[in-house]
Amino acid sequence: MAKVLLYYAHPGHKYSRANAALAEAAQAVAGSTGDLSFVDLYARYPRHNIKVDAEQDNLRAHDVILFQFPMFWYSTPSIIKEWQDLVLEHGFAYGAGGTALKGKRMMLAITTSGPEEAYSPQGYQNHTLRTFLSPLQQTAHLCNMRFLAPYVLYGALKSSLSEGIRPHAEGYRKLLHALIEDRLDEAAAEQAETLHHDTLPLIEKA
Amino acid sequence: MTDFLLLAFIFLVAGVVAVPIATRLGLGSVLGYLIAGIVISPALAAIGVDIISIQHFAEFGVVMMLFLVGLELEPRMLWQMRARLLGLGGLQVLGTTAIITGVAMAFGQPWTIALAIGAVLALSSTAIVLQTLNEKGLMKSDGGQSSFSVLLFQDIAVIPMLALIPLLALPELTDLATSAGGAHETVAAAHGAETSHATATTHSDAGHSDAGHGDGHGDGHGDGHGASLSLVDGLNGWQTTLVTLAAIGAVILGGVYLTHPIFRFIAMAGLRELFTATALLFVIGIALLMSLVGLSPALGTFLAGVVLANSEYRHELESDIDPFRGLLLGLFFMTVGAGINFGLLSANITMILALTLGLMCVKGLVLLVLAWMFKLQGADKWLLALGLAQAGEFGFVLLSFTVANNVIPGPIADQLLLIVALSMLLTPALFIFYDRVIVPRAETAQEREADEIDEKSDIIIAGHGRFGGIVNRMLRAAGYQPTVLDYSAAQLVRLRAFGLRVFFGDASRPDLLHAAGIENAKLVVVAIDGKEQITELVRHIARHYPHVHVVARAVDRAHVYDLYAAGCRDIIRETFDSSVRAGRSAFEALGMHPFEAEQTARHFVNDDRAALAALAEVYDPNLPLDENPAYVARSKELIQEREAQIFGTGQAFAQETDRGWAPPSIQDLEAEENRAVEG
Repeated sequence: MAKVLLYYAHPGHKYSRANAALAEAAQAVAGSTGDLSFVDLYARYPRHNIKVDAEQDNLRAHDVILFQFPMFWYSTPSIIKEWQDLVLEHGFAYGAGGTALKGKRMMLAITTSGPEEAYSPQGYQNHTLRTFLSPLQQTAHLCNMRFLAPYVLYGALKSSLSEGIRPHAEGYRKLLHALIEDRLDEAAAEQAETLHHDTLPLIEKA
Repeated sequence: MTDFLLLAFIFLVAGVVAVPIATRLGLGSVLGYLIAGIVISPALAAIGVDIISIQHFAEFGVVMMLFLVGLELEPRMLWQMRARLLGLGGLQVLGTTAIITGVAMAFGQPWTIALAIGAVLALSSTAIVLQTLNEKGLMKSDGGQSSFSVLLFQDIAVIPMLALIPLLALPELTDLATSAGGAHETVAAAHGAETSHATATTHSDAGHSDAGHGDGHGDGHGDGHGASLSLVDGLNGWQTTLVTLAAIGAVILGGVYLTHPIFRFIAMAGLRELFTATALLFVIGIALLMSLVGLSPALGTFLAGVVLANSEYRHELESDIDPFRGLLLGLFFMTVGAGINFGLLSANITMILALTLGLMCVKGLVLLVLAWMFKLQGADKWLLALGLAQAGEFGFVLLSFTVANNVIPGPIADQLLLIVALSMLLTPALFIFYDRVIVPRAETAQEREADEIDEKSDIIIAGHGRFGGIVNRMLRAAGYQPTVLDYSAAQLVRLRAFGLRVFFGDASRPDLLHAAGIENAKLVVVAIDGKEQITELVRHIARHYPHVHVVARAVDRAHVYDLYAAGCRDIIRETFDSSVRAGRSAFEALGMHPFEAEQTARHFVNDDRAALAALAEVYDPNLPLDENPAYVARSKELIQEREAQIFGTGQAFAQETDRGWAPPSIQDLEAEENRAVEG
């Protein structure tokens, strides 16, 4: 069993379809088990006054840190950057004595507006999605965390409810349960480029 | 019925016309009512109205007022006031009585009459003074609190006075009264009737202690009072004491234990007017009980008010009783004006006026000396002296009582009556004098020297109330050492108790600002109370110390414009930010996402500032906002724009930040992709 800490960040939550559906699924899971903590960062800190000590305590109490957000300009919404700047302190997350996060896992659940084919050297984004995520990946590594492949919904804005968003949200629910119950094949997840609702490396337990 | 309606109509018209005019002219409502009373007195005389009996009915307003005062005063505060109550109040009554008695004896009166006159004139007018202090917002000032202490003591002192006056009865007057002859008869009869009216309403104590002492001392002048009810008639001293204590106990215990169940019971009916009826029942019931045992109803209701000051029904009672108090007091003031006997006055105009002014001087001087003894500061000292220099409504009561008890002869009483009424009539003028002359001068000639400011800083906070106090705390928390000025001595004592370094002084005084080092200051935070004072101070600083940054507290929107015109460019509306936060909390409580609530609140603030700036162009400092056509028109325009937005987009504020987070349309996305493919 693992304790999962889910940070959700979307400044325009009321306009969101995909992330709102994911957040709803996550909140349902959080409601059914004590092992998932769901944090809406913009709701907790609407004025960006992040409480560093409380956040660090929270991190210590969990095994998996999951960030769920829409990609904005090849990066996270601003509050996650603010959170990183303040919470991942020297001596806590990295540097001398900074071992609080050692051995924990970091994972991302992201949506992009561009389609999958755009994220390639041939596509109009010119780079793979993972290239854009390398700062986060390196953040995890500097903090001695394992970085699992991101759970991605491409083309989220054009994605239809029934064929795109609902299956993705259902996959998200499975992913969260698997993380809590240690049923995600983490070695496979670390190797994978990206994860999707139909490619989750789940371990079936007897 | 028609008579009653006509009477009510005359009084209401007079009040409704005169008071707004008087207030507009800055004379205060009391003077308005008094003048209204004078104006209608011929009409009242024409229809044969018994003004005195109406006055006694209206005196019930004083009872209600003391009830309301009691509600504002928790028992703890009353206990804290004890030194002033007994010291200041006691010395005022004793001192003034002694001096006036001496003066009267110098005028050739026998000591008994002189003493009675002294006691009568030592009392001041609770009705006028409290009404005026409340209107001017001076109740909480040191001067206001001292005035209240003296008035409360006087109210208590009426009880022993009523008990002792019969002892002063002159044998020769008693003879005159019993033989029912002579010129005094009509006067005595009239006052007898008056007293029995008093018995039926506020000052029934007059009748009772009279009856009690009449029996005790065998004066045999109980006629006219025998009809009234009493619980202590025919009881001896200790029984009377027991009954009286039991009555007071009943009021206190009833206040503590019965209010809650009674109000809950009333609430079951769900009728608003029942609350009013209950509140009236409370006050009238307590007044009745007090009269039955021979205590002052005003005092009894005051006590009940104090008991209920901590009750959760305090505001309910307050709002129910207040309109009655206002109307009755207004009526009372009008009867004072209407009751002035102009025939007698014009016949003895010089003497009466001289006596009135002399009386007010004596009372004022006594109060001034006491104020000095009790270390009242500057303007507060004068507020006490000028405010309480008149004789009061209890004087009327005592006068009729003394006449009925054959202590003071009728003709003298009639002249005293005029003096009392005239002094009350002159009181508003003294308050105006206080406002126009004393207050401005007190700024330059304050009795208590402003504190020596030994700790200079380049930050000055003027005013350490609810506003300045927070600014001070914030600055201190950040390591700054602002110099704090405040003019409330009581506030200073409190702050010093917490180890804060604050200095006494009126921050609007230029020399104090100089002493605080304004020449070398970087910043002044103007956090004092009062629109005018803030504007004045800001103007002064902007004119003489243009290098100093001023952060000023604005009371409302119009004040923002005044302060801008006065030269301030950092204006903070005192309740705006907290109201915006309350609005934001309301959004969140209604289920809005906290970040959206925050964004909406920010947009509201920006939008409101823009409206403030837009309306500044049409603001006219000489016109109230609603009387400025250009301002009203522009406001309406802005409101319409806003409504168009609401109906257009379902949102009052086009949130520019939202454009970044609202998803682009399908068309936008396709155009973007096409361009990417083409490029």
